Amino acid sequence: MDVNRTGVDRVVIAGASLAGMKAAQAARAAGYAGRITMIGDEKLAPYDRPPLSKEFLTDPGSGQPPHFDGALSLATDLDLELLLGEPATGVDTTMQRVTVGEREIAYDALVVATGAVPRRLPTTLTGVTTLRTADDARQVAAGLRRGARIVVVGGGFIGSEVASAARAHGLPVTIVEAAPVPLVRAVGAVAGEWLGELHGRHGTELIRGVGVESLDGDGHVREVRLTDGRILPADLVVVGIGADPATGWLADSGLNVSDGVACDATLHAGHNVWAAGDVARWWSQDFDRSLRIEHWTNAAEQGTLAMRNLLGGSDALAYRHIPYFWSDWYGSRIQLVGLASGEPEIVTGAPDGDKFVALFREGERLIGALALNRRSDIMKYRALIARGGSWADGLALAEQRNRRTVAA
Amino acid sequence: MRISVDMDKCTALGNCEAMAPDFFEVGDDGELELLRSDVGADELAEVKQAIASCPTAALKLIDG
Repeated sequence: MDVNRTGVDRVVIAGASLAGMKAAQAARAAGYAGRITMIGDEKLAPYDRPPLSKEFLTDPGSGQPPHFDGALSLATDLDLELLLGEPATGVDTTMQRVTVGEREIAYDALVVATGAVPRRLPTTLTGVTTLRTADDARQVAAGLRRGARIVVVGGGFIGSEVASAARAHGLPVTIVEAAPVPLVRAVGAVAGEWLGELHGRHGTELIRGVGVESLDGDGHVREVRLTDGRILPADLVVVGIGADPATGWLADSGLNVSDGVACDATLHAGHNVWAAGDVARWWSQDFDRSLRIEHWTNAAEQGTLAMRNLLGGSDALAYRHIPYFWSDWYGSRIQLVGLASGEPEIVTGAPDGDKFVALFREGERLIGALALNRRSDIMKYRALIARGGSWADGLALAEQRNRRTVAA
Repeated sequence: MRISVDMDKCTALGNCEAMAPDFFEVGDDGELELLRSDVGADELAEVKQAIASCPTAALKLIDG
């Protein structure tokens, strides 16, 4: 690959989490020898988010965030300028300058990897937190340690993992989910119903189809008032109601930022700007539609490819990716690959059992697979979807897998 | 070069299987199975990609 793409001597990476770090590593791995400036709004070297709702809650150790390997020596290892503790607040795509605090940083090319911002409930009470950052996780971990009465708002994956951690601590916990079924956007109503059952089986109270009317307390939260009139005592409220792409700072940039930074198939947003991770909406050639994915694997792979394409000029490759995420609840592993389109069909196990695989289709095409405790199956479905496998191929794979003695 | 797996860190997420299925597979017991540990020079790029893809940094390449 030719890294001597004319005129690229100064690369700025806005975002110092997974996608940003992968982008920086990819630049040096490709032999790029010019300047790199990385901007991160948290005053922490890059760290990993999935552990924040999993092992970090049950064993926070020293309280140090789960830094990526090499994160603490990133600036010296990769010879880059690492600006932490202040967000990028604007970009002039004509003059090619990013504003950070009082500084304007000139670039030849920019990678936007600013991630997503968790949605919040309006309150000034303490004891109410989202779970996105290490600071959030420390607060939740401390609550678990002291035996807090926890109410989780939102029955999504973050909220469910918090509930799982609460149960692992032997604490009662209630999830308040506004929709009649949890996880509808992630896996659809049918599969959402199946997965929602896991909560009751493990002692978590799941309240469905009811919203939060207000959070009440005197300085610190004391109770959650629901729209059906019920009052839940709580001294720790964890809010997991989704996130929005962090594009507020790009409002006047001239970039298309409708639900993420709009990119072509190569993650190029135009104006010498590329995007990667939770913030990026790109044209998926695998699925012939634009997608924006908030999964770890996507952030890692996009960070790498966005930088390679930025440096590679006309050698830019389309970002080919079958979405993949995992979530661990109560010792069980949930995994989804592809798109959860339409009605799922169970092909292995049963939803009232402790393991199953369900497949999703669009016409004759296999488009997605959802697995509960079938780790050995899921990547095989992902490979099949990547090859454009048919529904019949999916059923054939299931039959093959069902003939084996699979423990997990 | 040889692949080394830290089984304390590995939770069989399978990213490695997706990247280098000739080397890595989540087996029927739900655990990662290292199908081959020796990596030839022409296979290094693919294996390095798989190693970098591990969400729990459980994989390493070592001399040998």
